[in-house]
Amino acid sequence: MTDLTRRSLLGVGAGAAALGAVAGVGGAYAAQRTDGSGPATPSVDDQVVAFRGEHQAGITTPAQDRMHFVALDVTTTDRDELRDLLKTWTRAAERMTAGAEAAPGGVVGGGPYGVPEDTGEAYDLDAADLTITIGYGPSLFDGRFGLADRRPEGLRELPAFVGDDLDPARSGGDLCIQACANDPQVAVHAVRNLVRLGFGVGSVRWSQLGFGRTSSTSRSQTTPRNLFGFKDGTNNVKSEDGAALDDHVWVQPEDVPGATSWLAGGSYLVARRIRMHVEVWDRTTLQEQEQVVGRTKGEGAPLGQKAEFDTLDLTTPGADGQPAIPADAHVALAHESRLGGIRILRRGYNFTDGSDGLGHLDAGLFFVAFMRDAHRQFVPMQKALAAKDRLNEYIEHTGSAVFACPPGLTADEHWGQRLFS
Amino acid sequence: MRTPTLTVALTALVLAATAACSSEPTEGNAAVVGGPITVEATDTSCTVARTRAAAGTIEFTVRNTGSKVNEFYVYGEGDQILGEVENLTPGLTRSFHVEVATPGTYQTACKPGMKGDGIRGDFTVTGATSSQAPDAAMATAVADYQEFVSAQADALLARTTEFVDLVKAGKVADAKKAYPLARGPWERIEPVAESFGDLDPKIDGREDVVEEGMQFTGFHRLEKDLWASGLQPDTSVVADQLLVDVKEIVAKAKAVTLNPLQLANGSKALLDEVATGKITGEEDRYSHTDLYDFDENVKGSKAAIDALRPVLKARDAALLATIDSRFAALDTALDAHRTDTGFESYTALSPAEVKALAVALDAVSEPISKVAAVVAK
Repeated sequence: MTDLTRRSLLGVGAGAAALGAVAGVGGAYAAQRTDGSGPATPSVDDQVVAFRGEHQAGITTPAQDRMHFVALDVTTTDRDELRDLLKTWTRAAERMTAGAEAAPGGVVGGGPYGVPEDTGEAYDLDAADLTITIGYGPSLFDGRFGLADRRPEGLRELPAFVGDDLDPARSGGDLCIQACANDPQVAVHAVRNLVRLGFGVGSVRWSQLGFGRTSSTSRSQTTPRNLFGFKDGTNNVKSEDGAALDDHVWVQPEDVPGATSWLAGGSYLVARRIRMHVEVWDRTTLQEQEQVVGRTKGEGAPLGQKAEFDTLDLTTPGADGQPAIPADAHVALAHESRLGGIRILRRGYNFTDGSDGLGHLDAGLFFVAFMRDAHRQFVPMQKALAAKDRLNEYIEHTGSAVFACPPGLTADEHWGQRLFS
Repeated sequence: MRTPTLTVALTALVLAATAACSSEPTEGNAAVVGGPITVEATDTSCTVARTRAAAGTIEFTVRNTGSKVNEFYVYGEGDQILGEVENLTPGLTRSFHVEVATPGTYQTACKPGMKGDGIRGDFTVTGATSSQAPDAAMATAVADYQEFVSAQADALLARTTEFVDLVKAGKVADAKKAYPLARGPWERIEPVAESFGDLDPKIDGREDVVEEGMQFTGFHRLEKDLWASGLQPDTSVVADQLLVDVKEIVAKAKAVTLNPLQLANGSKALLDEVATGKITGEEDRYSHTDLYDFDENVKGSKAAIDALRPVLKARDAALLATIDSRFAALDTALDAHRTDTGFESYTALSPAEVKALAVALDAVSEPISKVAAVVAK
């Protein structure tokens, strides 16, 4: 073995190239199109949504068609490892939202003996308006990482609601990543690669695929339908709503004083996995369906009105002289006039997770909504719905989580910085 | 389970490691003759000032005069990256070095917008191939690991002999105790053992992977007899055959010649075994002694890393430190299930406990998967 060289050890024949890799890697990515002045805007040309800006993309961004959502438990107890992961995620997320591989040359550039740094299934695909939105759960601030004093007052677990049938394995989490795109493969690729980068620091607690949007977050979008066949999100807060966004969606500086100020400009995300008993619903008459929802099925008009966007009026009488919209209809209970002006930005997705073993689809709505304060907005709304909503006969909440989504990133900033600074 | 770990085709490239991130000219070599090669990258073009250079260290200075974020790459065969600079924002100029030791034709590429194949151009490297010094550390790593394999092979023979004797004597209770222990050395060197074709299924094949025309023999057949179906008329014959097969594989394992990449891949393959066979409770479905095998696979994986330790320490100390700390965490997770005599039954684990083991296993498997590339540098 005296004349052993690396070459002979590796059994390499003559003619092979001996190469040295030298990397020039530095700083974070700059955004492709960052004006820093407002919400992320969609692009018409390159299907790229700006990653950086005042607020995170994926909230007021016009809702994409597909979603892959994942909640993780942090498994390390090392604060620096968590911070490093947030930095690593930032870089990979920015690259992927630009349509690039998770790392330069990630698919084949590492050579035959390297493990590809990017999993490859989105290699030839466009960015498909991919957005990657991160959020932090209440449990992240339990003291393991020295963040206890940084927990915003509003970041608390949701209370139990009447009728909840929550599965702990589909609820909670220290971190969440919401990946939305117009191509499901792009969204799944994003989550898969971020999860992979997190092995050893965090592990997946639960995840949810959504195959079709159920809300519009922009006036440029048509209103989609949920699995009950009704238009959903007609009265949503929209990205064009300027002042309403500040009132109802974005956490304001006065909401998060002192050590919790890292959340200013962010938003609370509430996720609820709502199983729909679609087979039972499908056996329900049209009249009953419309009474339960409070809108017409075809046009989506409030009962008693003509067109989808006609003003919803809870006093307009029907043929029998009673209010056309029953007091316990879904839209009545959820309406801001009944809830002291409360509104939320809904951004949910239809899902089916196969079947339930009884011959029924395990299908429903993965409700995702963003708001300025979950406990002052979602909680009273859901309390009202849980108590009286006629829809409850057809639905069941099986998963629940709340996260605080930090504001957008400035140039060169990464997700770990403001939280840990 | 069989995995084709040791049949890795070894072709192509040897990589020489350098980490020249500074802009200081590297010592020796006719490196920076003619100065840095300037590259102008726009949204639609990639102009490389010179497309020839002598083998050695080559410096590029890349300027992004376009409106999109750009990247510049130097590629070898099969688009392997020899050097790259990313995050070139509009207006930015950055320099980097790439080490090319072998003359030949390479490619350069600008990637406006960071995606696609980029704007390619050929790049020629001239001169003589720089020779490489023998790598004593690598040779030592291989020698150390072969010694480990040899010692495990001896233990496998001794313990299998003991186990077979107990089975043949009809001492079921003692044979049950000896079963997981006899498998230990096997599990530690499984990728080596599995490289000998038919012997692996004969010794370690599970009932569901027995191919048509083949008998169900080996450890798992005896496991089934001991725990499930009771001793059968042919149990002794199967036991004798196991010893014959083990003797053959021991002789082969002691004679095997390995290379460093096989150590790296073997280390990974052992953890893959745990992930696909042991964490699921499939391996020892009658005895439920899966955690013994789990532990031995991990020990075998660690042994390969230990043999490579001096190499890894020199080339990627951070990776080695991560591997060490995550192996330690995995050990702690396994320790929770140790008993006075060995390990708890797999069936005693709650789903949450299985998940905790899987999380610790994933944590170490990711960095282990990067070892081969470090060894191949």
